Amino acid sequence: MAIKTEPFVINIGPVHPSSHGFFRMRVTLDGEVIVDVEPVFGYLHRGIEKLAEERTYTGVIPLTDRLDYIASMSNNLAYVLAVEKLAGISVPERAEYLRVIMAELQRIAAYLIAVGAFLNECGAFFTPFLYMFREREKIVDLFEMVSGQRLLYNYMRVGGVSQDIPDEFLPALDKFVRQMPGFIDEYERLLKENEILLARAKGVGILTKENAINCSVSGPVLRASGVKWDIRKADPYSIYDRFDFEIPVGEVGDCYDRYRVRIEEMRQSLRIIEQATAQIPSGAVRSEVPHLVHPPVGEAYAHIEVPKGELGFYLVSDNSIAPYRCHVRPPSLINLTALRDMVIGWKLQDLIIIFGSIDITVGEVDR
Amino acid sequence: MTVSLSGNEVAKQITKHLSEAVIKASGEAVLVKSESIFDVAEYLKSSPELDFDYLNYITAVDYYDYFEVVYQLTSMKHNHSLVLKTRCYDRDNPVVPSVVKLWQGADFQEREIYDLMGISFEGHPNLKRILLWEGFEGHPLRKDYL
Repeated sequence: MAIKTEPFVINIGPVHPSSHGFFRMRVTLDGEVIVDVEPVFGYLHRGIEKLAEERTYTGVIPLTDRLDYIASMSNNLAYVLAVEKLAGISVPERAEYLRVIMAELQRIAAYLIAVGAFLNECGAFFTPFLYMFREREKIVDLFEMVSGQRLLYNYMRVGGVSQDIPDEFLPALDKFVRQMPGFIDEYERLLKENEILLARAKGVGILTKENAINCSVSGPVLRASGVKWDIRKADPYSIYDRFDFEIPVGEVGDCYDRYRVRIEEMRQSLRIIEQATAQIPSGAVRSEVPHLVHPPVGEAYAHIEVPKGELGFYLVSDNSIAPYRCHVRPPSLINLTALRDMVIGWKLQDLIIIFGSIDITVGEVDR
Repeated sequence: MTVSLSGNEVAKQITKHLSEAVIKASGEAVLVKSESIFDVAEYLKSSPELDFDYLNYITAVDYYDYFEVVYQLTSMKHNHSLVLKTRCYDRDNPVVPSVVKLWQGADFQEREIYDLMGISFEGHPNLKRILLWEGFEGHPLRKDYL
């Protein structure tokens, strides 16, 4: 007797432990195998681009905190770079170094969450996640020293940073930089050759090089597919051309490669922080910028490498105190373009892992 | 360092292949006719010396008289970039050809512009609202919305 089958549609999310926020996927299944997936967005849409048109250039900085809220420092940096490009404002040397240190610490903190959450989704329930939160806590403590905040830092300013670091910051940072490689080694001992991780992630959700470029994918997901493209090297901003670091790339572009790339990049970030703390000069941390910035009529696009990929701000000025248009290039949203190609043919439980390996923040997807 | 190609230079090359497409060019950008945006994009992507394989972003700006759609393209091989622009003057029914066939990365971004700015992309495989819900009235990023 022939068994009649038909495709079955299920909704994952909007509230689901694997959805990293409010995010829904409409999955069409043939038995357990995925035949189609459609991401549904908008549950966290706050209209940040529209709100930015009503605020002064400085007033937009706290809004950028709320894009990718686990990497606020990086968002601040991308936005202030765009305003500085638009208005032709220079930044003092010390502030440039502080920005690089903060951005790289933020990268480590965000990757710790990305890798921890990814392992959660692989079934290593909360043990590696809490190991990684232990180190993230130290970074958050450092950020609290400089900004007084533990999540939404609002630290960068047009023309520099909001305030100089306190005296206890550099010794604490130094201690962290010395300890962290040992912690990364500890994760590696626990996970690198872990049979369950290999079985669940190796060869799963392969994204080819050509497909990754065609889908405008950026960040660790792009590099895991074997494309050696990091904006810090390809189009250096701030003072990244002064530091010596490598760009780790993957070989096949599977979930395991995306995990490996993030772990290796943490080591490279530590190298950058080490060099930056050795070279940091003394002096002012903010250049003299008028209270209300009036950039000349024109437009500017500045992009940086954030933990999720290429974050860019496209600003249009009409010579008033508020941006005429503020467009965010959201790496989380654009990386999801490749999700469909990555999951078709895999089973439902692999979808959770593949989706986790992309590492999105819904605040940035929906803005 | 990514080299920003001069719009004037690229405009000359485009004109050689598509004589009517370019409206004007400056050092920063090339402005082309909205109906020829797909052909221009196809040429920019396939020409070996330009080789724009990566679409950084698409966005749109409302200038009251017209909508401007902005494309930033990068070539990963040559490490150079270009800003391509087009305009549509029809406020009631602005239409621009879709480039999803060339760069799949345009998919969600074109849907977002359709949703928030109200510009239709002809040839888009799944053009519907992305951030707001079906049935939402108006397009919030337009300057006359609020």
